Amino acid sequence: MKSRLRNISNWIIGAPSFVWLVVFYAIPIVLVFLLAFKPVDAYGGLGEGWTLKTILDLRNPSYPAIIWRTFWQGIVSTTVCVAVAIPISYQLARMNSRWKNVILLLIIVPFWTNFLVRIYAWRVFLHADGIFKNLLVAIGLIEESTTLLYNQWAVLVVMIYTYIPFAILPIYASAEKFDFSLIDAAKDLGASSFYAFRRVFLPVISKGIWTAVMVVLIPAFGAYLIPDLVGGPSSELVGDKIAQRVFIDRNLPHASALSALLMLAVFLPMLLGKWLNHMRRRRQTREGRT
Amino acid sequence: MKTCKRNSRFPMFVTLLTLIFLYVPLILVAVASFNSSKYGGAWNSFSLKWYDRLFNERAIWEALANTLFIALISTAISTTLGTLSALALYRSKNRLKGIYYALIHTPLIVPDILQGISLLLLFVTLINLCGSLCRSLFGIELELGMTTIIIAHITFCMSYVAMVVLDRLHEFDYTLLEAAQDLGASGMYTFFRVTLPQILPGIVAGALFAFMLSIDDFVITFFVKGAGDTTLPIYIQSAMRRGTPAVINALSVVFLLVTFVIVFIAQKLVTKNSESKK
Repeated sequence: MKSRLRNISNWIIGAPSFVWLVVFYAIPIVLVFLLAFKPVDAYGGLGEGWTLKTILDLRNPSYPAIIWRTFWQGIVSTTVCVAVAIPISYQLARMNSRWKNVILLLIIVPFWTNFLVRIYAWRVFLHADGIFKNLLVAIGLIEESTTLLYNQWAVLVVMIYTYIPFAILPIYASAEKFDFSLIDAAKDLGASSFYAFRRVFLPVISKGIWTAVMVVLIPAFGAYLIPDLVGGPSSELVGDKIAQRVFIDRNLPHASALSALLMLAVFLPMLLGKWLNHMRRRRQTREGRT
Repeated sequence: MKTCKRNSRFPMFVTLLTLIFLYVPLILVAVASFNSSKYGGAWNSFSLKWYDRLFNERAIWEALANTLFIALISTAISTTLGTLSALALYRSKNRLKGIYYALIHTPLIVPDILQGISLLLLFVTLINLCGSLCRSLFGIELELGMTTIIIAHITFCMSYVAMVVLDRLHEFDYTLLEAAQDLGASGMYTFFRVTLPQILPGIVAGALFAFMLSIDDFVITFFVKGAGDTTLPIYIQSAMRRGTPAVINALSVVFLLVTFVIVFIAQKLVTKNSESKK
């Protein structure tokens, strides 16, 4: 009786947010897939009836290059962010708490600084008459005519800049609990610093690394503002195309079809990650039993 | 291989380089905001004129008012809904829990452009389906505007609140609840006197997150806003598109300072809690 009452009260507590998320999160996602089968009307909105034409229109010759660029930029920025985040988390976890808090604060502030402000800062930094450009020209690394902005390298650098804190925070969270006397023990037994780091530290933070990969890679696939503001016409990503179809040459069904594609690219790795995790846990419990 | 090396300097080196990487562009903007030259290339002379311009720009104040209005309403609603869902998730053990968890958890990772476009499609579909009905029955015009922006903000803020509160609940000392119930406290009484004070820091932190996220959001707002609506991020973006007026330098510095203060306070709250727990 009591547990029944508890169940009911749970339902009452959970229902509003559940309903909210179904209506404003789950149904819209389903709509993205559904509306990809709608024709476009004269105003770029949703036409009558159903069609396969919108999906077939995705065979635009410029798309494969854009999809490929979205993919490799996502992979590269994720790799760099995680590669940098691991030593930083190691360092942070080892530090005494006063310095740790200062550095942590310094990492969190850019994380919370307005996204547009951060992109804007890069536009100032890489600007044609900016200090950095003049410096590079003075050293002789680049020509006066080179533009630092509006190319895919600028997009990549700003993406890395934006996502580094996303990678550091989860890895640090798992490194924080690490017992560093284990590393000292490994070294006492003759392991080199790097060997101890690789065989003792890395396995412990692997869960944090996985989280970091997810929270960097998936948003990176959907990057839109960065290529829009620091990239040029040759560095467009899938996100830009979606926005263009919505705001410039208005065609909502086409935008919807593109988004459905991106949605698959987002949810498949998520499901894969979940499945791998599940398998790993099953293997561990099996090993634990034998 | 060398054995018995002291702690490697490499991690410290990477940390310092990254901090430089993170701050150099921001510092340059701060310096440029005091430069009287319009394009910020060469240093002209020290001046506060961009700040003066900033505080006298009407459009910015309007955008700020909109931003705060949206942020306050969506923070209030998303904090309530998020906290309730964290409580329900924490206590429930039935089969729906997995779905519920996925519904709350995945919005944290799904790219904002997808949340933006999917909400836009929902609103457009609703307007197509019931727009004329609403107009003739209630005289209400369904259209994109502040309401749709607020709905969108509540949706993405809710998940953050729920996750932060859920984290706090997982650290919660369950024996306290049992003790209260053993001593004859009713469910309501236990909730308000035991559970709530324990998770309150989580709720406050969640609300702070929600507020920051709402103020910060550009992408989702851009998709679901109506033609005339501006928020601060929307204003900054359109200013950036028009070129790079130096006023944005000053605005960025103000943004940075506000962020710094809020993060500093939040950090103090969090560390104080974890210390008092020990």
